[in-house]
Amino acid sequence: MKYRIIDHTADVGLHVFGTDPSEVFATAARAMFDIMVSPESVHAVQSLSLQVEGADWPDLMVNWLRELLYLWSGRGLLVHSVDILDIGAQRITADVAVDSYDPARHALGSEIKAVTYHQITVKRKLTGWEARIIFDL
Amino acid sequence: MQLRQIDSYRWEIPMTGSMRVPGIVYASADMLKGSDQKEPLKQVANVATLPGIIKASLAMPDMHWGYGFPIGGVAAFDWQTGVVSPGGVGYDINCGVRLAATDLVEKDVRPKLESLVNALFQNIPSGVGSQGSLKLSVPEEKKVLRDGSRWALRQGLGEDGDVEHTEDGGCLPDADPELVSARALERGQRQLGTLGAGNHFLEVGLVEEIFDPHVAGAFGLFQGQVTLMLHCGSRGFGYQVCDDFLASMTKHVQKLGLQLPDRQLACAMIQSEMGSRYLRAMACAANYAWANRQILLHRSREVFQRVFGLGPRDLRMRLVYDVCHNIAKKEEHIIDGKKRTVCVHRKGATRSFPPGHPALNEGYRTVGQPVIIPGDMGTASYVLVGTEKALADTFGSTCHGAGRVLSRKAAKKASKGRSINRELEDKGILVRWTGRGTLAEEMPDAYKDVSEVVAVVHGAGISRKVAKLRPIAVVKG
Repeated sequence: MKYRIIDHTADVGLHVFGTDPSEVFATAARAMFDIMVSPESVHAVQSLSLQVEGADWPDLMVNWLRELLYLWSGRGLLVHSVDILDIGAQRITADVAVDSYDPARHALGSEIKAVTYHQITVKRKLTGWEARIIFDL
Repeated sequence: MQLRQIDSYRWEIPMTGSMRVPGIVYASADMLKGSDQKEPLKQVANVATLPGIIKASLAMPDMHWGYGFPIGGVAAFDWQTGVVSPGGVGYDINCGVRLAATDLVEKDVRPKLESLVNALFQNIPSGVGSQGSLKLSVPEEKKVLRDGSRWALRQGLGEDGDVEHTEDGGCLPDADPELVSARALERGQRQLGTLGAGNHFLEVGLVEEIFDPHVAGAFGLFQGQVTLMLHCGSRGFGYQVCDDFLASMTKHVQKLGLQLPDRQLACAMIQSEMGSRYLRAMACAANYAWANRQILLHRSREVFQRVFGLGPRDLRMRLVYDVCHNIAKKEEHIIDGKKRTVCVHRKGATRSFPPGHPALNEGYRTVGQPVIIPGDMGTASYVLVGTEKALADTFGSTCHGAGRVLSRKAAKKASKGRSINRELEDKGILVRWTGRGTLAEEMPDAYKDVSEVVAVVHGAGISRKVAKLRPIAVVKG
C-alpha cells in the first residue's frame, strides 16, 4: 500500500499512489481508516456492497471516501479492506469488509470528520496514478 | 502575493484577475511574515471572485488555512444578486463559545478543583464519537432543529436569561427540518448534549484583569471571579448538512457554468431554490448547536451545585453571552450610505455589534455585544465588546480565537519527551482529556498567542478589550 500523509496546519491529507485507479481508490480507503485506528485491530466481520457515483475522478474520490466515512460516523463501522469490483470515472462498485467499533478493542487516534474538495486531485501520471485528498479533523 | 499596507493593522490584497473586490486582511506585520500565510491569503483572494460580494473579502488576525474560505474569513453578499456558500460557513455550523459567570472566587474553588474537574469530565460526554444520555426520536429532534435553545429551556435545561443572552436568542428563524437528510437526522439523534473532540473544550477560569470596568460591570464580570467557558458546535449533524450541500452545490455550480478557483467554494445564488434550501438547513444546524451548548451549560451548573453543595440561587451561574463563529446570516448594513440587506458569512469570525444595535438584548443595548475569544488551554481568553467601527468596516465582525500555528503532527513532535499535563499542572491548570493524541495536539505551543490577535482587533477598533480570563481547569474531548 503506497501512501504518504500530508501534514497541514489545521488538518491532515493523503498522497496516494497506484498503478491504476482501482489501486488508488482502494489504498485511499484503507489509508483514511489507518489515520483513525490502528489497522491490526480491525477485523473483517461483515461485508457490505457499495456503489458510488461522481461527475469525474476527483468528485468520485470525494464521494467514495465520504460514503466510507459515513459508515463510521453514521453507523459506527470501521473499514478493514475494500474489494473494488468495477471502476470508471463516474462510478465505483465495491465490496467493503467492516468491523463494528468496540472501545475495548479499538483505540481511536485522530477522527476524520469530513472529506473535503480542497485541492483534490486524482491524476494519471507517467508512472501510474496519484491522488491527493485533504480531510477535516 | 502583493500586499499593500493600509494602516498599522490592515493590509490590502489589490484586485487582480477575476477578483470582484479587493481583499483586506487584519494583521500585524509580524503575523504576515510566516510562509504559512501564503495559502490563506490566496483563499482571501479566491473568495473575492464570488458573485455579489460587497466591499471586500475580509480576514481577521487569527486567519489560517481553511477549505475554500480561510478560517477567520468574513464576506458579505448582496441578498438579491449574491451567493451563499457552505464553505463560507464551515463544516461545524454554529461552532461557538459561551461564557457563564458565577459569584465564586478562586479561594472557594481551589480546594475542590480536582473534584470539580473530575465531575465535569464524568458528567459531560466528550471525545471521539461521544454520545449523549438522551436519544431523540426524529419528531423530537425536529423540534430541536426548529427551536434551538428554547427547546432546551422547555425541557427544564436552562434558566430565565439564558435565551436572551444568546446571539439571536439561540434560534435562527426559517429553519426547515424537512430539508435535512436522513443521514443528518440519524447523526443528530444521539449527540445532543455532547462536547465532541478536537479543539472543543469546557474550561473553568478566573477573571484576571479588567480593562473596562463599566462594560465589565454591565456583563456581570469582576476581578477574581470564577467563570465557565464552553466551546463546541453542531456535532455530526452540522457536518452532515454541510457535506450534503457541498455535494449538491458542486453539481449545481457546474450546471450554472460558474468558474470557481476551488471546488470547495461551491455556492448557489441566495435567491435560488438551492441557496434558500441551504440557508434553511443551515439554520437547523445552528439551532442544534445552540440547544447543545444550552444543555452543556445546564449539566455544568448541576455539577457545580453538587461539588460545592450549593442550590441554583446560591451558585448564580448566569450566562454572560453565547456567540457563534461559523455562520451565514441575513443582516442589514449601511453600504456607501445606503441600507442594504446582505448575507454575512463568518467563518471563524465573531459578530461584534455596537451599543444601540437592535439585535442586542435590552441589558446590553447601552454597552454593546459581548465578544468571547478563547485562547489556548494554557494561556488566556478574552472578553471584548462590539463597536461602531466593526459595523462600519467589517460588517460587524471580529476575530474568533487564537488560530493554530503548528500542525497536529508538528505539535505531537514538539511535545515529545514532555508531559503537557504536568506543565499545565505546574501552572495551576488541571486538565482532563479523552483522545489519545488530544493533549499534545492541543498544547499551548500549537496556537498563536491570543493576546497578539486581540491586540490587533482592539488596535483596529473592531472590538474593544473588556476583560482577560485565565484557565484553572480544562476538559478536552
